[in-house]
Amino acid sequence: MSLKIHSNKPVQLFFGFLIGIGFGFALQRGGVSDFNVIVNQLLFNDFTVVKIMLSAMLVGMVGVYLLRHFGLARLQPKPGSVGKTVVGGLIFGVGFALLGYCPGTVVAAAAYGKMDALFGGILGMLVGASIFAALYPRLATTILNKGSFGNRTLPEIFNICPWRVILVVEVLVLGLFVWLELNGM
Amino acid sequence: MDYLVAETWSPYVAGAMIGLLNCIAIVISDSFIGCSSAFSSSSGMIEKLARGEAASQKPYYKKFVPSIDWGWMLVAGIAVGAFLSAWLSGSLHMECVPALWDERFGDSVSFRFTAAFIGGILVAIGARWAGGCTSGHGISGTLQLAASSWVAALCFFSGGIATALLLY
Repeated sequence: MSLKIHSNKPVQLFFGFLIGIGFGFALQRGGVSDFNVIVNQLLFNDFTVVKIMLSAMLVGMVGVYLLRHFGLARLQPKPGSVGKTVVGGLIFGVGFALLGYCPGTVVAAAAYGKMDALFGGILGMLVGASIFAALYPRLATTILNKGSFGNRTLPEIFNICPWRVILVVEVLVLGLFVWLELNGM
Repeated sequence: MDYLVAETWSPYVAGAMIGLLNCIAIVISDSFIGCSSAFSSSSGMIEKLARGEAASQKPYYKKFVPSIDWGWMLVAGIAVGAFLSAWLSGSLHMECVPALWDERFGDSVSFRFTAAFIGGILVAIGARWAGGCTSGHGISGTLQLAASSWVAALCFFSGGIATALLLY
């Protein structure tokens, strides 16, 4: 769980970089760093984004829970609340549709020549991150803690075995994939 | 070899690769893939350069200390990986206005850049507000079955779909 290598900072920076290279490669080659693909997903004309995100989830879910079973991984669920997760998520969604990229894909797109991602998106995101840091003290004492549901996982909240939840999610998502393919989507 | 230079990969293959990368990351780095914190780190470091120590006194930067950390290097790697992929598949070329935007709003570069800039501001505020983005919550969080991430992913797409339907 806590390997010695985890505390070796230079090695960790290198690992982060390598994982990023793989991630960027997969985003670009999977077609999901393309503005048209992302906006067409939001308009239900193209399902590439959903296919990539959900296949990453299906593989990662089984992998991470298996690794955890063998003591090799530690779950890190993030805390959430209505004020934080729902409000922040909706603001993100509005920006997502207008920008046509998300924080990872905007960097991927900029790297292979999409100037709107570089001069519009990345600059805007740097400004937005600064604005959030400035707003944070006021938000933290007001809206961010409203309706907290903590950092629990769905199996913990409903008190069921995680593998049952995983089985249900895998079956439903695979069913969705089959349905999408049968309908040529 | 052909696969390395193929123009696109099946989204299922690309997705499975991202899932595997997350498994590798959690074992070797005790971290999950997420992209938006790197933008807070960068803006914090830029503020510190511009305004000195006063910037580090901001409560947010005290809580999430801006530095070149694992997540920052991950985002740097994304740029390299996407460049390599586009180069190998012959998809490198400069473009200012995406086709779909052009069809709907015309080919004005300044208008597209302004819209992308405003979109970028909202994306960063929303991601830091919710504590993650389409990768940190949408993939890494949902695969852990984290309640907050399932809610976040639903809200990202609800907000995105509603806005896209209004815009296009």
